[in-house]
Amino acid sequence: MARHIRARTAPGPSSTSIRYSYQAMSDTPSATAEMKLPKDFAAEKGMVNVQIDGIWHQFPKGTRMIEACRQAKITVPHYCYHPKLSSPGNCRMCLVQMGMPPRPTPGQEPQRDDHGFEPIGWIPRPVIACANTVSENMGIRTSGELVEKCREGVMEFLLINHPLDCPICDQAGECRLQEQSVQHGRGVSRFIDMKVKKPKNVDIGPRIRLDDERCIMCSRCIRFMDEVAGDAVLGFTQRGTHTTLTVHPDRLLDSNYSLNTADICPVGALTSNDFRFQMRVWFLKETPTIDVNCGTGTNITVWTRGNKIHRITPRQNDEVNSAWMPDSHRLNFHYIDGTSRLTEPLTKSGDKHLPSSWADALESSAAQLKEIPAHQVAIIASGRMTNEELFLARALAAEIGTSHLALVPRVDAADHLLVAADRNPNTTGAKLILETEDPYAGLDSIRAGVRDGSIQALIVLGEDLVTDAGFTADDLKKLRFLLQTSVLANPTADHAHVVLPSAAFAEKRGSMVNLSGRLQRLNRAVEPQGQAHDDWEILRDLMLALSGEKNEAHQIEDIFKVIAGAIPAFSGLTLSKIGHQGTPITETGYQIPLLANERARKAAGLING
Amino acid sequence: MAVVKLQRPKLNFGEKIYFGALIKGFILTMTHAVKSLLGKSVGAETLASSGLGVTMQFPEQRWDDHLPEYYRGAPALVTDEQGRERCVSCQLCEFICPPKAIKITPSEIPSDDPWAKVEKRPLEFDIDMTRCIYCGMCEEVCPEQAIYLRKDYLITGLKRADMVHNKKRLYEIGGTRVGLVNKWNELK
Amino acid sequence: MDILQIAIILVKIVTLTFLVVLPLVPLSVYFERRFSAIIQDRVGPNRVGIPFSLLGFKKDFHLFGLVQPIADGLKLFLKEDFTPAHVRKAFYWMAPALTVVPALITVCVVPFGSPISIFGHTEKLVIADLDIGPLFVFSVASLSVYGITLAGWSSNSKFPFIGGVRSTAQMISYEIALGLSIVPVLMYYGDLNLGTIVKQQADHGWLLLPLWGHDATHTLSSKLLFWFPAAIAFLIFTISIFAETNRMPFDLPECETELVGGYHTEYSSMKFAMFFMGEYAAMVIGSALIITLFLGGWSIGFGLDAVVEKLHIGDFYYGGFIHMGCFMTKLLAFILFFILVRWTVPRFRYDQLMKLGWVVFFEAALINVFLAALIVAAPQLQAAIIGIGSVLLVILTAAVIWVAKVSEEQPKILRA
Repeated sequence: MARHIRARTAPGPSSTSIRYSYQAMSDTPSATAEMKLPKDFAAEKGMVNVQIDGIWHQFPKGTRMIEACRQAKITVPHYCYHPKLSSPGNCRMCLVQMGMPPRPTPGQEPQRDDHGFEPIGWIPRPVIACANTVSENMGIRTSGELVEKCREGVMEFLLINHPLDCPICDQAGECRLQEQSVQHGRGVSRFIDMKVKKPKNVDIGPRIRLDDERCIMCSRCIRFMDEVAGDAVLGFTQRGTHTTLTVHPDRLLDSNYSLNTADICPVGALTSNDFRFQMRVWFLKETPTIDVNCGTGTNITVWTRGNKIHRITPRQNDEVNSAWMPDSHRLNFHYIDGTSRLTEPLTKSGDKHLPSSWADALESSAAQLKEIPAHQVAIIASGRMTNEELFLARALAAEIGTSHLALVPRVDAADHLLVAADRNPNTTGAKLILETEDPYAGLDSIRAGVRDGSIQALIVLGEDLVTDAGFTADDLKKLRFLLQTSVLANPTADHAHVVLPSAAFAEKRGSMVNLSGRLQRLNRAVEPQGQAHDDWEILRDLMLALSGEKNEAHQIEDIFKVIAGAIPAFSGLTLSKIGHQGTPITETGYQIPLLANERARKAAGLING
Repeated sequence: MAVVKLQRPKLNFGEKIYFGALIKGFILTMTHAVKSLLGKSVGAETLASSGLGVTMQFPEQRWDDHLPEYYRGAPALVTDEQGRERCVSCQLCEFICPPKAIKITPSEIPSDDPWAKVEKRPLEFDIDMTRCIYCGMCEEVCPEQAIYLRKDYLITGLKRADMVHNKKRLYEIGGTRVGLVNKWNELK
Repeated sequence: MDILQIAIILVKIVTLTFLVVLPLVPLSVYFERRFSAIIQDRVGPNRVGIPFSLLGFKKDFHLFGLVQPIADGLKLFLKEDFTPAHVRKAFYWMAPALTVVPALITVCVVPFGSPISIFGHTEKLVIADLDIGPLFVFSVASLSVYGITLAGWSSNSKFPFIGGVRSTAQMISYEIALGLSIVPVLMYYGDLNLGTIVKQQADHGWLLLPLWGHDATHTLSSKLLFWFPAAIAFLIFTISIFAETNRMPFDLPECETELVGGYHTEYSSMKFAMFFMGEYAAMVIGSALIITLFLGGWSIGFGLDAVVEKLHIGDFYYGGFIHMGCFMTKLLAFILFFILVRWTVPRFRYDQLMKLGWVVFFEAALINVFLAALIVAAPQLQAAIIGIGSVLLVILTAAVIWVAKVSEEQPKILRA
């Protein structure tokens, strides 16, 4: 087989691995009559042959040229194209040269080369790659003088009215305009007239700031609000160089998905109020992890510098959150280094909490717990805990010898996209780990037990009983011993005899199972604040303090290994095998609404990704 | 790698017994010593020294009048003709600084400020002079012509904290610089 | 021995060792720094003085920076005395003392001046008027190699170890040349008492400047004839002293470019300072020995010594102190010569150093002994024997040179 024919070896879902047998068959003259051409092989699979920069590939029919190039690992510069949005083709940056086989005159057999491909007649004008679809025997050139000249020209037009205020622009460092003007720009401007002035620093919504001068009219934000968020408040006004992005009169860009427009904005026109002027992106370290604000388990990237989280952005996962996330979840990280954060173990003496050491706090907890009969001890765990932590909570209950173990349910309104009604991120995991159908069931009996005095000690793991679980301050005062692990100070902690500071979601490792049964991994982006410990370590140390045994679990991997051996759904898995995209481990039948929308639009051919 | 073989020079008898070279050496070193003692060291004139050697005797004699144009002293922030602080806290100097001496906290300019349209300025701008190596890369990288290496070289302090120049101190050293490219003039 | 004598000896020890020789150490450090500075067109330490302005006066008194060595010493005392965990402690602590003590002990045989006399009591300006002066010096000075070797070994670290090994090899090699080179001198004087040697030079002219005090047994011609072996001996002795004291150009045991600090890399504070002191003390003693043996010791020369010895106020004959001044002047001049050499001559390579010691100086010193013996014995010998001796000497010299030359030829490198 000739070297320059490269069958696609399944890099994406839409291309297949195939081997041509055309040449092999042509070696035997008798076979020529029934000879199959490359197009026939492709057509059998509903695909077409496309030559990109001299190499033949196969793509499904209807694939956009830009997507074909992307799958062939060739980057075509673009602004307006987004795989999850429709393609209006208005930035003109993705210009490529296209070629088709010449149409034979009637009766003429098309010419074919040794491999059965027809020669390509190149069109002397460029076409945009984002709005055209591939067809059989098509040729695409993504480089060459024509293409490069065109890109240079487009860049020059885009930069005519650009204010060039990169030093103050938050997008600097992740700005497509910067990157592509370095790669495809001229370096100097020939424009000598006055630049068009447009509104700057426009307050278009509670979380988004608009700078119209930086806008290159790619319309990604407009399409996102219309097609994905379903709240078409953005649009263009004026014409020509005066085209201005604006919000609908009397409306605000206040959708719970508005910050996604800042993510997809290729320039600095839309910026996040929360992240505005906080830190330059080139200082930030990216950590892939997952969101814990609801059962969807949105995949996110945490951007940190030093031990401070500066922002959170969605991470593409087509099985969970596509490329989006709700604002409410995205901005819920400031508490991590906030003022109410617990940073050291506290023990109550009198009615005041005093700082203590970990060893002392754990030892006194263990001593007090041992004084109380096992059946009078209850554990209230949290649906925000990871599988590992829940497993250890179950082990702790076994160590104490109590059967009172329950989680606190947390339900709120769902939206039609990503936010689930179950605001606990690991309900599915809790069901699997605790091997029960309803991990929340025991809570009412524990509450009743506390009230009637049959439960004397409570271990509360990461939950605020007063605010979330229907307990009252008087209930908690009845307890002989109350231990709480918590990230933040809260009313329950006020009554706790021992308060242990635990780690926030960005500070710990572990795994969770989302509502659709996908096992996903949390990664540590920052170190726990102060003396706070990872929750699984707190549980392990508490168990060791109770049993007096020697520690054998040094890493969270050790815990996961035990889970994999004990729970069938996890068998054969390790933390590293989960991967950044997660892995489905159980079938729940839950559908994430946003994905259903997206699949429908894809099926309708509106989008590619 | 090619190996270059060097031929050692053939030495004659006089060179082999080494004494000629020794005496030449003594003459050379003694010439320098005597010239130094007479206050006529070679190069003392151009280096503006006392003559006893080419060293400048510091507190009495100073470089100040002899500093070359290109001298790189302490880095400092400058304001423009209208008294606006030129720095927009783009943090490029913080990024480029090889010893990580610069620390900037950016902030937004409040809307009632006359320069509100610039949008961004540093809230804090600290240069740790115990770390600064006077390389001048901050000056080179600055897109706003806001940071310059001035000719101040007497940077001293009794505590580490004294050696950290804050924003106020940096503007004191830097002062005003006129005739620079002004991106934020009225046309903009 | 009565109490007075013991008291006098104690006074001499304290005065000559701790008030005369030991202050020379910081002084030579100061000279080292200032002299190297002016050679290199610098200024050197010229600031440290007496801070009168602290006491309310208007100006400080700079003293040309002469207080600098005191400040340096104070600094070294106040520095943290750090002992690394990996060293062999007992030897590590012993080594600095082993370097500095032998150097100071050798002081005791050096005659600092002619005897002084008071109330009819004559006292020699030497701590121990030994009849085996030079031998004592060699035997004690060669102990200081233990200090360096122990320092290198006990530091338990690469560079000091290499420094120690180098030092051992170097000192052993040069001690041979050192010892052999002064045999002619001792033959000439027929005495091993340094005081007597100096007295002879004062009376009959310095070994290298025999221009006065001629008499029947010390004719000018005989003295001039002996000048040649004396000069060779002087050359070998001086250069060997450089090697013995680990001074440039033979400071391979502590060369910074190769060994960081050599044998004292792991030392700090006062322990380091003791090595430093030992090196400079050895330099002072070496200079004193050279002056004593070859340059007339405390002698002023030109027949003036007899006059000086007779100077007195009442019963107090103080000429000895003038001679002592003369000795110190010569000593300082020679120390300056040491310094000049250090800042002029580049460091030798180690193989060159070893070759110089074993191939050149050892043989040259041996031949020189032969030559000197011939010259010294000549008056009592018949002409024929002198002739045979000369011929033998020439043949021996030629043979040694030939052997040295042949041994230098390197075998051709065979290449496959």
